[in-house]
Amino acid sequence: MHPRPFARREGGALMIAFVIRRLVQGVLVMLVVGFIAFSLFNFVGDPVALMLPPEATQADRQAMRENLGLDRPFYVQFATFVTNAVQGNFGISLRLGRPVSALLVERMPATLELAFIAASLALLVGIPLGVYTGLHRNSWLSRLFLAGSLIGVSLPTFLIGIFLILIFAVWLGVLPSFGRGDTTMVGGWSTGFLTASGLKALILPSITLGLFQLTLIMRLVRSEMLEVLRTDYIKFARARGLTSRAVNFGHALKNTLVPVITITGLQLGAIIAFAIITETVFQWPGMGLLFIQAVQFADIPVMAAYLCLIGFIFVIINLVVDMLYYLVDPRLRVDRTAVGGH
Amino acid sequence: MDAVRRFLDGDIFHSFSRSPLTIVAFVVTVVCVLSAVFAGWVAPHNPFDLKTLNLLDAFTPPAWTERGNPAYFLGTDDQGRDVLSAIMYGSRVSLMVGFLAVMLSMVLGIALGLVSGYVGGKVDAFIMRVADVQLSFPAILIALLIDGVARVALPKDSHDTLALYVLVLAIAASGWVQYARTVRGSTLVERNKEYVQAARVIGRHPVAIMFSHVLPNVLGPVLVLATLHIATAIITEATLSFLGVGVPPTQPSLGTLIRIGNDFLFSGEWWITVFPGAWLVIMVLAMNLLGDWLRDALNPKLR
Repeated sequence: MHPRPFARREGGALMIAFVIRRLVQGVLVMLVVGFIAFSLFNFVGDPVALMLPPEATQADRQAMRENLGLDRPFYVQFATFVTNAVQGNFGISLRLGRPVSALLVERMPATLELAFIAASLALLVGIPLGVYTGLHRNSWLSRLFLAGSLIGVSLPTFLIGIFLILIFAVWLGVLPSFGRGDTTMVGGWSTGFLTASGLKALILPSITLGLFQLTLIMRLVRSEMLEVLRTDYIKFARARGLTSRAVNFGHALKNTLVPVITITGLQLGAIIAFAIITETVFQWPGMGLLFIQAVQFADIPVMAAYLCLIGFIFVIINLVVDMLYYLVDPRLRVDRTAVGGH
Repeated sequence: MDAVRRFLDGDIFHSFSRSPLTIVAFVVTVVCVLSAVFAGWVAPHNPFDLKTLNLLDAFTPPAWTERGNPAYFLGTDDQGRDVLSAIMYGSRVSLMVGFLAVMLSMVLGIALGLVSGYVGGKVDAFIMRVADVQLSFPAILIALLIDGVARVALPKDSHDTLALYVLVLAIAASGWVQYARTVRGSTLVERNKEYVQAARVIGRHPVAIMFSHVLPNVLGPVLVLATLHIATAIITEATLSFLGVGVPPTQPSLGTLIRIGNDFLFSGEWWITVFPGAWLVIMVLAMNLLGDWLRDALNPKLR
């Protein structure tokens, strides 16, 4: 487990090269995403026609073109777009008439709180269920959990939401079916954590969003547990007379956590993507709902900004997960592309 | 006759007949597909024939409830359309989009995978890099973005006619990576085998070698992948249609039906959304079980 000092020094240089390569790749991806967003702006519909009233004269149009820099060569326009985008300036929403960056900042807390609760739920329930089904693989309760997880995988997110609304909001009438409830502002961040109605409003959406991840983590922990429990060092630990509690949790569970952490990291991105669906079902005022409405109304600035933001989040997540992998698993310190692109 | 005999005695049929769950999944899948394909004959009503619709029948609950009407077994929606018939016609759209998207995805992935594995070098590095990047985004997000961008880019009046093709294209483009990777992997193995060298020696064109010699030998795993992909594609289609960026309401798929029904959830007309939803889940679950079984049955290592 402990590399020799020499290996570590060599690993350090390799690590830097690895990080730089990933960074370059990340920047390239962002440029491609930015280019798509930029093309949306410039080639889809005429931005001048979108911004000016219909009775504007030809001179007005020309002035507007020059004002927006649309008469300049294409690469200059792209450079301007990238400069603006890096500073968070994406223009004004066509539908809402407000700066896109302000809209996104305003909607971000709702999405992040929902994603956070959903991810916690998936981890806090998924890991114990995975450990249980791994340790007692033949009990009827394990079979029940596994069958349930299979159904959970086949249920599309929006249907889970609809069924939960039908049961808990329409039939039982105990939980709200849309919106965030009352929110309080804490230093520019609108939170739903501090009011009873805000917390109640979080329950159904976070279950909807977290259920798929929960089943995924449960199955992952289970299969990792089954694998680890077969290894020699677990047998040896048992032979040494350690309590099964110490063996199961101290030795076995600890060794399953590496893949769980990385998969969860990658799933964070998926949670933010699937938040679009959950937010639509529950009319949750987050970024995903903003994006879907932008698509329906052809609100290009919002679409472009969301595209860039999501691209950025994914690049960052992938970078961090790749680096974690690299730190945690020495086998990956060989060039991954040389192994065959796994 | 001989072929049928051999099939019945074979491993695959044996494994099939020994698994009751698989048989149930198979029957459910066949029923779903047949009722969709022959919806015009099987469905009790034609939900899109305006002449037969009767607004007085709107919001009829399922037949077994108090106000139910035996003519409408699963009840009717806000326009008096029979829910059961709408489901059959709707799953036809769902299955068609799913099937076409998987076919297109497969063609795209196989072609890119073959070229990547056979040509190698810079081409390979480029295609696989693109695949890596795309794989780091969830497929549904890619499909949503392509669909959203296409909707903005296309002229408004052509939306309804093109929406179906745009949807197929978006789902197909979000799924090609799996095929490309699988095919590339097998192609790397096949390209060094003697029959490929022989073909090269007699001077066959590289494209001909790729598609008529290598392709048949790398197709097995791809077909298994495709059976599992159909269920995913159907879910993606339903999700996009539910979000309002999928098929137009004039040609409702299961997702559109669920979206329509969702508006009536709070007024107590639960059947309009629950039955299409349940149909979708059962169909997808059956297809997944069948695909899982096929994967295990065709993989000799797992026996």
